[in-house]
Amino acid sequence: MTITLVQGAYIVAALLFILALAGLSRHESARMGNRYGIIGMTIALVITIIAATAGVDAVGEANDTSGSGLMGLGLIAAAMAVGAVIGIWRARRVEMTGMPELIAILHSFVGLAAVLVGWNSSYEKNVPYPAIHDGEVFVGVFIGAVTFTGSIVAFLKLSARISSAPLMLPKHNAINLGIILIFFGMTAAYIATPADDTVVRQTLLGVMTALALFLGWHLVASIGGGDMPVVVSMLNSYSGWAAAAAGFLLDNDLLIITGALVGSSGAYLSYIMCRAMNRSFISVIAGGFGVEAGTVSADTDYGEHREITAEGAAELLSEAHSVVITPGYGMAVAQAQYPVAELTSQLRKKGVDVRFGIHPVAGRLPGHMNVLLAEAKVPYDIVLEMDEINDDLPETDVVLVIGANDTVNPAAIDEPGSPIAGMPVLTVWEARNVIVFKRSMATGYAGVQNPLFFKDNTQMLFGDAKDRVEDILKAL
Amino acid sequence: MRIGVPKESKSGERRVAATPKTVEQMLKLGYDVSIETGAGLEASFDDAAFQAAGATIVGDEIWQADIILKINAPTPEEVARLHQGQILMSLLAPALDPDLVQALSARGVTALAMDAVPRISRAQSLDVLSSMANIAGYRAVIESANEFGSLFTGQVTAAGKVPPAKVLVVGAGVAGLAAIGTASSLGAIVRSFDARSEVAEQVESMGAEFLRIDVEDTGPSATGYAKEMGEDFNRKAAELYAEQARDVDIVITTALIPGKPAPRLLTEEMVASMKPGSVIVDMAAANGGNVAGSRPDERVVTDNGVIILGYTDLPGRLPTQASQLFGTNLVNTLKLTTPGKDGQLVLDLDDPVVRGMTVVQSGEVLWPPPPVQVSAAPAAAAPPAEPPPPKKKMSDGTRLSLIGGVAAVFLLISAFSPEPFLGHFMVFALSVVIGFYVIGNVHHALHTPLMSVTNAISGIILVGALLQVGHEDFWVSVLAFIAILVASINVFGGFTVTARMLEMFKREDAVR
Repeated sequence: MTITLVQGAYIVAALLFILALAGLSRHESARMGNRYGIIGMTIALVITIIAATAGVDAVGEANDTSGSGLMGLGLIAAAMAVGAVIGIWRARRVEMTGMPELIAILHSFVGLAAVLVGWNSSYEKNVPYPAIHDGEVFVGVFIGAVTFTGSIVAFLKLSARISSAPLMLPKHNAINLGIILIFFGMTAAYIATPADDTVVRQTLLGVMTALALFLGWHLVASIGGGDMPVVVSMLNSYSGWAAAAAGFLLDNDLLIITGALVGSSGAYLSYIMCRAMNRSFISVIAGGFGVEAGTVSADTDYGEHREITAEGAAELLSEAHSVVITPGYGMAVAQAQYPVAELTSQLRKKGVDVRFGIHPVAGRLPGHMNVLLAEAKVPYDIVLEMDEINDDLPETDVVLVIGANDTVNPAAIDEPGSPIAGMPVLTVWEARNVIVFKRSMATGYAGVQNPLFFKDNTQMLFGDAKDRVEDILKAL
Repeated sequence: MRIGVPKESKSGERRVAATPKTVEQMLKLGYDVSIETGAGLEASFDDAAFQAAGATIVGDEIWQADIILKINAPTPEEVARLHQGQILMSLLAPALDPDLVQALSARGVTALAMDAVPRISRAQSLDVLSSMANIAGYRAVIESANEFGSLFTGQVTAAGKVPPAKVLVVGAGVAGLAAIGTASSLGAIVRSFDARSEVAEQVESMGAEFLRIDVEDTGPSATGYAKEMGEDFNRKAAELYAEQARDVDIVITTALIPGKPAPRLLTEEMVASMKPGSVIVDMAAANGGNVAGSRPDERVVTDNGVIILGYTDLPGRLPTQASQLFGTNLVNTLKLTTPGKDGQLVLDLDDPVVRGMTVVQSGEVLWPPPPVQVSAAPAAAAPPAEPPPPKKKMSDGTRLSLIGGVAAVFLLISAFSPEPFLGHFMVFALSVVIGFYVIGNVHHALHTPLMSVTNAISGIILVGALLQVGHEDFWVSVLAFIAILVASINVFGGFTVTARMLEMFKREDAVR
């Protein structure tokens, strides 16, 4: 096979990836986008496998590479088959509520692969520019390792295997900065070490990898569970940069293009989300943000909350003209999306105008609520964003807050000292009636008491969101 | 503790400080409630209704109760009947009536002024000024319609055309907005003016045209009320009033500045320029009046036939609802001050709301309270925890020099870089830019699928591992094998899960 054919295939694949990302921006083109991605990936992989096993015919005899032959093909086929089976199996089995965890763990695989590719590449001899190559090895392994452990911590936090509270090592910023500085120092040392001094080079690479693994763990461990949507999106970006670094390492433009695409789009997505939460992008990336914010004394007396029964809620709903449902992570936890969808369709049959208001950071993943509602077949044109719905809330008869807390907290607007001050929120308290589904009076992820629960037009419906919604359905 | 609700002594007052509904709520807070015989008759609540709600009906000994709830400030005779340690909640106007404050202090009572509630969101449910102003604004329009010799709404009938009434509402506070809403729902053409230009939106939302004058913005006031204006502003506003007075049929003025006499807005000449039969409702008549010639509680007809209503009891003219709202405000105050729901009133003076209302505590004068910052004026508010200053937008100059600096550093690096590296770097840089733009306006609902598809695509790292497997070195092959395996999970899993998710996103018509 000629080198030009390989490069041509890579260009086609790269363009298809761009189309895939562009397609995913709109509902109409989203499915086509996914298909473009699959086609691009197929082209890239088939060509690469042929090139890797049959060898490449480049300009000049010296530049030809020999293939790995049947042995290589067998290994590739075996590894890919196992990987494909596991991947497809997990992807088909996963509950939509478990989506954040799945995506987080998938990111860790990219990180791990980047580390392995980097390590392998460090054994390569006869590279034209050894200094550059050494630097690329270090950068690639570093980013890959950070992505790897960071994603694993995110996965553990999201699946509640470890506490989601932010870890607060003393001087965590200094630790992070120190590791990065050490990394630069070690890179210089690695480049300066002669290629035949294998022991020193291996040690340097090993220590650096360990440090990077620690950094990834520490970065994500110091971010609280409530900010996981940004973290997942950020790790997505990191996994892209890891692929791009591997591309530099292997002189492979396809890897560079794809990695850069994923990296920058992931970074931009994180930025959008930070803006939605009124957080500084830099402090999210640096980890452990939000801790400097002032706190309001927790024992502020907000007065009394009122309770309502499922029957009472059903009565309110059936008398209403317009209803807005604002779901949060609690809906995902309780798996309440199906009863909620059922409630929606029943109310709509009665002529009630039911819509959904989704806060940009509701759930633990960007767009988490949309996925859950889509799974339960809630038509997506009645699922609106915060900005679209906020203006209509004063005209709304009943708002159902299902498992949301911080995203509907008036303290973000009223209390300048609150840790969530300035975060845009759904102004549900402007509606005539608010019914809050909640398991108890505990605080939300931000650990802030919610004055909404004590407002005169708010009534609490305690219990598991799914059971309560089903009770309402019965009462209707 | 026992709550006593005496009959209002002020002549013409028809409201009462409790209704059967609020009695029930006060009982739930753990209080005993007594009502003076006949206290609610004028507001259509008879003694039997109060009794049914759980209150006891008493005569003169009502003044023995631990807590006295009233509408109006107590008269000197009533002050004389208060005793040491008693708690009084009513309108007090402490800023206008320092003698009353002194008298209450001399009696050793604790007095909460219902008209001194700080205007913060949390205290809205306590604020009688708002709830009463709302009713008063409504009633002002009804009173003016009663006096006005024509219809409010315009009609074309077989007997000829009826022009719609033109209504000017000055001051777009709660009362003004209520008046605007009422007048426009009657069909009138409504215009409104307020010194605070930030209320324009509220005025327009109620269906009125907001009149503007060309003067520098006065900005929101720190207390949430209007403040006195400058010379230039007053002159231009006067021109506006003069011009409007000739045109409109109804004028409703609501301008009040707390603790000061009401500003004079309409002069005698302006009133004289109005059409005969026009009606003016001066809602500030009690505080000196916005209109020349208005007299408190009187209906004045000027020489040119303009009717000026100076009623000060507008809320009292809707006694049933006004009593209910006032009573609910009192109940909310009790809720705030009865944390244990045990019928024991506790004054937490660290709470700015309670602090603001408490004029006298056990004989000690606490008026005036420290200023309370309202959320309505974010610019003036100095929060205790200073939020980080908003990021300054970079000026074009700094932006340009920043870009220049980065470019220079990059040029320096590239001068020492091998040629293939730069080639790769160009590809890299352009891809970064494309990545930014290509997802620039991604639909919010698609964030998750977008992320999972980019995740699948970043499995392209597989390509790198493919090229390394089958290497002579055994360990390289092993590592590459593992890399292929995990990256494959990523590629196949990512695309499959994306397809699964997208399958769920269906339009409504597709579902049906």
